[in-house]
This record gives sequence, structure tokens and C-alpha cells, in this order.
Amino acid sequence: MTRTSSAATPDLFAGPGAPGSSGSRGAGPLLSVQDLHVQFRRRGVEPFDAVDGVSFDVAPGQTVGLVGESGCGKSVTSLAIMRLLAGRTTRVTGRVDFEGTDLLSLSRGEMRDRRGRDLAMIFQDPLSSLNPVVPLGVQVGEVLQRHRGMRRSAALREAADLLDQVGIPDPGRRIKEYAHQLSGGMRQRALIAMALACRPRLLIADEPTTALDVTIQAQILSLLRSLVSDHGTALIMITHDLGVVAGLCDEVNVLYAGRVVERAERHELFERPAHPYTHGLLASIPRLDAAAGERLTPIRGSVSDNIPWTHGCAFAPRCEREIDTCRQRTPELVPHDERRGDHLLRCHNSVPLDQVVAEGLAGPGHVARAGHEAAVLDRAATGPADTAGGTR
Amino acid sequence: MSQAGGLDPLQAAGVHQPERVFSGSVDGGVLHQAEEHGAQEAVPAGPARELSAATADADVLLEVDDLKVHFPIRRGVLVDRTVGYVYAVDGVSLAVKRGETYGLVGESGCGKSTLGRGILRLVEPTSGSVRFDGQDIAPLQGEELRRSRRRMQMVFQDPLSSLDPRQSVQSILVEGMRAHGLADSTTAVAARLRELLDAVGLPASSLRKFPHEFSGGQRQRIGIARALTVDPELIVADEPVSALDVSVQAQVVNLLEDLQARLGLTYIVIAHDLAVVRHISDRVGVMYLGSLVEEAPSEQLYADPLHPYSRALLSAVPVPDPAVEDRRERILLTGDLPSPANPPAGCRFHTRCPWRQPTRCDTERPVLLETRPGHRVACHWADEIASGALQPRAESVDVL
Ligand SMILES: Nc1ncnc2c1ncn2[C@@H]1O[C@H](COP(=O)(O)OP(=O)(O)OP(=O)(O)O)[C@@H](O)[C@H]1O
Ligand SMILES: Nc1ncnc2c1ncn2[C@@H]1O[C@H](COP(=O)(O)OP(=O)(O)O)[C@@H](O)[C@H]1O
Ligand code: SF4
Ligand code: SF4
Ligand SMILES: [Mg+2]
Ligand SMILES: [Mg+2]
Repeated sequence: MTRTSSAATPDLFAGPGAPGSSGSRGAGPLLSVQDLHVQFRRRGVEPFDAVDGVSFDVAPGQTVGLVGESGCGKSVTSLAIMRLLAGRTTRVTGRVDFEGTDLLSLSRGEMRDRRGRDLAMIFQDPLSSLNPVVPLGVQVGEVLQRHRGMRRSAALREAADLLDQVGIPDPGRRIKEYAHQLSGGMRQRALIAMALACRPRLLIADEPTTALDVTIQAQILSLLRSLVSDHGTALIMITHDLGVVAGLCDEVNVLYAGRVVERAERHELFERPAHPYTHGLLASIPRLDAAAGERLTPIRGSVSDNIPWTHGCAFAPRCEREIDTCRQRTPELVPHDERRGDHLLRCHNSVPLDQVVAEGLAGPGHVARAGHEAAVLDRAATGPADTAGGTR
Repeated sequence: MSQAGGLDPLQAAGVHQPERVFSGSVDGGVLHQAEEHGAQEAVPAGPARELSAATADADVLLEVDDLKVHFPIRRGVLVDRTVGYVYAVDGVSLAVKRGETYGLVGESGCGKSTLGRGILRLVEPTSGSVRFDGQDIAPLQGEELRRSRRRMQMVFQDPLSSLDPRQSVQSILVEGMRAHGLADSTTAVAARLRELLDAVGLPASSLRKFPHEFSGGQRQRIGIARALTVDPELIVADEPVSALDVSVQAQVVNLLEDLQARLGLTYIVIAHDLAVVRHISDRVGVMYLGSLVEEAPSEQLYADPLHPYSRALLSAVPVPDPAVEDRRERILLTGDLPSPANPPAGCRFHTRCPWRQPTRCDTERPVLLETRPGHRVACHWADEIASGALQPRAESVDVL
């Protein structure tokens, strides 16, 4: 089987300024978020900690996932890293070290220079992040002029080149068009092109495919994958979709009510989930590989039932495994005896390994099922293998 | 017919159009009726309308025959000229058995919602027929139409925008009953309301609350309760769980299943999440640009998709299992869904099809044919693709 790269991008970021490949991993994190807090204050309302002590690192060529349900603080985390939160009503504390410099301590001007050049972000809704009255090519070109000092005509040529590289057909025509003339998938690609224009070393993607169809999502994910593997870009992938996480992220942080409740390498996380919330999420999604007719196991209640972290575990009112301690002491994010050393957990009564195995979320059953499913999905791709023609 | 704390549904018209329409009090929801138009490519009439063997001798509740919904594209300032049509639904035939769940999947804009609305006559079909329980509903007017509407209800994706924020839950629920003359005795209404809330798992205290006081999942329960007020037989649920968090999505999926088991409901479930559709459906239809390209029992479609588009769709669904994701092949489609105002000639999928052949594909529109019992597919090369004799172009196969 040959690896055939798709509509994506043989030489995205080739040329000067292209960072090293994923080989540079291990040289330490590019970004280190430490004890990040974001508090929203409004007159007459209790201050509210949307992000409540989040820490994680991202290395070059690494993809780190932030996954969780709506409102758990994913977007606020990324906006805080980018320093895009309005100042007066929000209080951001902690550290966001980018190669040793705390971004939170930079002046606004310094931060503006960094944005686009060192870190860039793409959003769920590409329409709202594109300027509706400026042609696409000019928008991408402006980024190049501002950050790379290119002249207008060269910037436009480069813009067309970038659109081409992210798989936008007929880029020469498209650079003259406006955002509303593009489909959702094309807009997201234009946005990625813009984010990539300055070859940032860190890309934050906040639900970049949530508004897209699965076929288009597959194209975008493939593009992001080649960005990371071929060019060593560090990627923070924010999503609520565990399937996207499973295929893309090296390390996964599960967020709940503004805190990381579980962190693990992705194989470890999906094979040996230890937090009742992670476990519950996995049990509540229908899967293409589970036997049909199997009843889903939802998590009871909703996030509106949460208790404050200061009163114990925020998840307690919804948790199957709640014990007395859970409403007396706030659990810390710590390594777990039954799991790998880099598997961190915030829970007083985690799901035992034998239960995870018994429920078929891991262990031999997992492998057998995966095999069955892979066969089905392979067949979806190319038909029966034994009669495969000459194309592969 | 105004009511306690509520808004007359007639006066509310235009504000919450879906509600207005499906409360049945207005013969509304008719958007534009497209006039007949010529110059469409010829489609062999016979086989296109052949329904699946899966419903041949069964107790069929709903039968849709060659349904078309074309929206006129209007231009001009002084004189409204029709300059073309959006072929949103362009010849769909299907049958749904009583008590069955029929799933509809396909990309955004392929016509799923319009098909659902066309079936319920919330939008007036351009041509074709819809038979509900043996009766053609196209000619129905007035009282008769209202009665048939009562038996078919719709549940919407975004519960908040389909619920009037100024109406309490009680008034939302009573409105539907009133519209169909089911709210004559106060004690009967009270009992019915308790029963409904109980059925959808909401506390009785919910009645006095307003939609914004509920979480997304609870709002969807209200939307379902509202559909149930009039004792429908068929529910068309358009993306009923798409706006919900996964932990809550499972609650609503289970609720829909329980209600079906208890009340013998028939469902058409529209959703873009293929795993949800497989989970909930007995049979699934795959739509592309206004037409069905494949239809099969759920298990069979997922185990053995025959149409290139279905294969691409299934191969693109992310699976929450790294072991699977690591060794998967994906079929990447290039480009986007073509405009339904200007659909490609021949096979509508040919502009993106990784299996496209030099003959027939771009000239001849394939019809939906039953190639295996209960399994219909619209592709000239379905057999060759199924046997593996034809392979997708290598550049569209992505291996991690
Ligand atoms: N009232 C209308 N007037 C004109 N065009 C319309 C109208 N309603 C829908 N369309 C068009 O018909 C096509 C099918 O739309 P429809 O809403 O049925 O798609 P869908 O499959 O439900 O998509 P989604 O998954 O995004 O909900 C689209 O191109 C849409 O823009
Ligand atoms: N500007 C703001 N002012 C007050 N609260 C906010 C603001 N932005 C987000 N929040 C709240 O912070 C929490 C986390 O939001 P967000 O990070 O957007 O969630 P998600 O994980 O879905 O991206 C939510 O409860 C949200 O309502
Ligand atoms: S700490 Fe207690 S309540 Fe919280 S997740 Fe663990 S077991 Fe459940
Ligand atoms: S008819 Fe041709 S273009 Fe259409 S799906 Fe089949 S192989 Fe592809
Ligand atoms: Mg968000
Ligand atoms: Mg729709």
C-alpha cells in the first residue's frame, strides 16, 4: 500500500522560515501553558472561572487535543493563549510560555507581532473570521505584507499559491472572490491558508471542522495532518468529537467545567479511560463498529447540575461512581497507579482497569472489534481486497 | 382562539414559521410553488419508481413517489422573473413501513430537510405524490389536510429557535392540542400534560417555565413532547440531536427509541451523523443533490455500501478508536457539493466520483435499482465496483 497524499500539499511551507521536521520533538515544549485561569466578572454577578487552572505543553510536531462538551472552556483557553479576550471584564492569570517568553506579559503591540508570525488560530465559523467586503486574495496578501514585508503584487501571487496548496481549485479566480461566494469547506480552507501565510510554529484550531460535512472534514483533517507531520507545526486541536481526537491527536486533555480531568496519550486514553466522565462519553456515543441495537448509555443530567470545584468534584451530581469523599475534597490531577505514568487523572474513585476491559472498551475484545471494523471500513474504501486491481 | 399566556398561533405567523405551519392552524408553509418547466433530462419513468422489496408486502404507512420540490430563483426589481430553479428534491421514491425508522443521510444542502418538509406538505411539492396510510395527501385541503397533518409531526434540530421564547411550556403544549380540537376538557388537558411530560422525562414543574430556562437536551424533550401532543403516527425528526452534547444526545436517542416502542411510532430521522443514523434506523437512504443514490437496511448499508458516494461518506466518519483510525483508508472527495440549481448532467456524482468511468457516467443519469433484495443503488457500475473489478483512482485514497 502506498501512501498517496491527497488534494493536500506537497510543499506547504517549503522555503526559508520552514521549521524543522517532527524530529525536533523532545527538544522541549514550544508552548507551555501553566495554571491558566480565566475569570469573567460582571457587575452584580458572581465572578465565574471559565478556565480554572489548566496546564499543558505542546512540542513542535505534536498535536495536543482539548476535548469536552460545550461550555467546558475550550474556546476560552485558546482565546486566552492568543490574548484575544476583552480586557476589562476578564481576568487572565497563570503563564503561557512560548519558547520561554510569557505571552501574558507582552505588550499589546508585541503580542500583535507574534500573532500570525508565531501562533495562529482558526475558528469554527470561518465566515465570521473573514472580512466580507475584502476579496480573499487581498486578505491573505495583507497578512503576507504585514508579517513578511512582501510587496503587494508578490503577496497576491503568494496568496494564490497558498490557496492552491490548501486545495482550493482555481485559485487565480478565487483570490478575487468574497467570502460569501465560497462554500463552508472552501472558507475554512481559505482561513487555514491565511493562518499558514506566515508559517506559524503553533496553530490553534478551534472546532475547525464542526460546521463541515464529513467528506469535507476528512479533507481538512488530512491537510492539518500533513502540516504537522511534514513541517513540524505544533497543533492544538480543540473539538468535542472523540473520533477526530482518536485520529489526530498525540496527547488528549479531557476538559470538564474549566479543568483538565484526564490526560493521556491517545491510545492509552481510548483503551484505558480511567475518569468516569471520559468513560461516560465513550459509552454514550453510537459507534459504527458496535453491534447494532445496543442501547446507548448516557451520562445522566447535564452540565447545569455541576457543583463548584471548591465544593469537591464538579462532576459528582452526574457521576456513577460518586463516593462520600467526592463532595468533601477537590480531586487533584495526578498520575494513577493502574495506568501509565504519563496518564493523569482528577478523580477519587476512577474506573478500575478490569471494568474497562470487561465492558469491551479495551483489551482483547477491543482488538477483535477493531479488526472487524477495519475490515468493513477498508471494504468501504476499495472493495474486496482479494480482487484488488492494479491501482494499489 | 387566544389562550392563557400564549400567543395566538395565527398572529404569531411569520415569527416562528415552523411552529405556525405545523400547528396546522394555517394552511401555510407554502414557499413557492414552482411552475412546470421543460428541458429536464429524460429519466426512465418505470424503474426509477420501483420501491424496495423490503416494503413490498409490508404494512406501508408512507409512500413517496417521484417527489420533486423545485424552488424558483427569482430576479428582477419591477417584474419578478424566474431565471431558474433550485432542484432541492428531484425525484425521490421511497416507502416507510409502519413502526419503522427510516434514516436519511447526506451532505448539507442535498435536500434532506426539504424532502422531510415536502412529505409533510410544509412546503408544497412541485410534483410527485405522497400517500399516507393509503391516502394521497396532495389534493387534501382545509379540514382534511388538517386531520392528516395531525398524524404527521415534525421535530426540529434547534429546539430553542423552534420554540416561542415567550410561551411557557404549558402553553406550547396546549397550543398543539387546541389547534386540533383536542383540548376541550380542562381535566383531560391536565392529565394529558402530565402524561406527556412523564413520557419525555421532564418534571411536572416544567409546565410553568420558559424555554430558555432549560438545557439543550431538555428543550429537545419539550420539542418532542410538543410533537406528541396530537398523538401522531409519523414523526419526521430533522437533526433531532445534532445540537446536543454527546452525553445528552444519548439520552434523547434513547428517549426516541423508548417512545417508538411504547407508542408504535414511525420515524423518519434526518441526521448528518452517520453513526447516530445507523444506531437508530432500520433502513437508511443516502441522498446526493436531491436524489436517493442508495437505500438499504441499516446493517447492510454500513457493512456493504455499494454506491461510491456512500463509500466515501462512510470512510470519512471519524471513529473514536485510535487502533482503527491508524490503519484506515479514507476516500477523499475533491471539491464541494455542486449547486442544486445547476446539477451536473448524467450521474450527479460524476464530478467528484473516484470511480468515474469514461462512458455513461457524465451522460446518462443512473436510476435507483434494486440490485440485491432490499438494497437499491443508483450507479451504472455498482456491480463492477462491488466485485472489486473497478477500483477508485489512487489519488483519492488516503492512507494514514
Ligand atoms: N425556501 C427555499 N428557497 C430556495 N431554495 C431553498 C429553499 N429551501 C431550501 N433551498 C435549497 O434547497 C437545497 C436543499 O436544502 P435542504 O435544506 O433540504 O438541505 P439539507 O439536506 O437539509 O441540508 P442541511 O444538512 O444543511 O440541513 C439547498 O440548496 C437549499 O439552499
Ligand atoms: N465573554 C464571556 N463572558 C462571560 N462568560 C463567557 C464568555 N465567553 C465564554 N464564557 C463562558 O465560559 C464558559 C466556557 O466557554 P467556552 O470556552 O466558549 O466553551 P467551549 O468549551 O464550548 O469552547 C462557558 O460557560 C461560557 O458561557
Ligand atoms: S471524583 Fe468522585 S464524583 Fe468526581 S469523577 Fe471521580 S468518582 Fe466521580
Ligand atoms: S455512475 Fe459513474 S460517476 Fe456515478 S457513482 Fe457510478 S461510477 Fe460514479
Ligand atoms: Mg467553543
Ligand atoms: Mg436540513
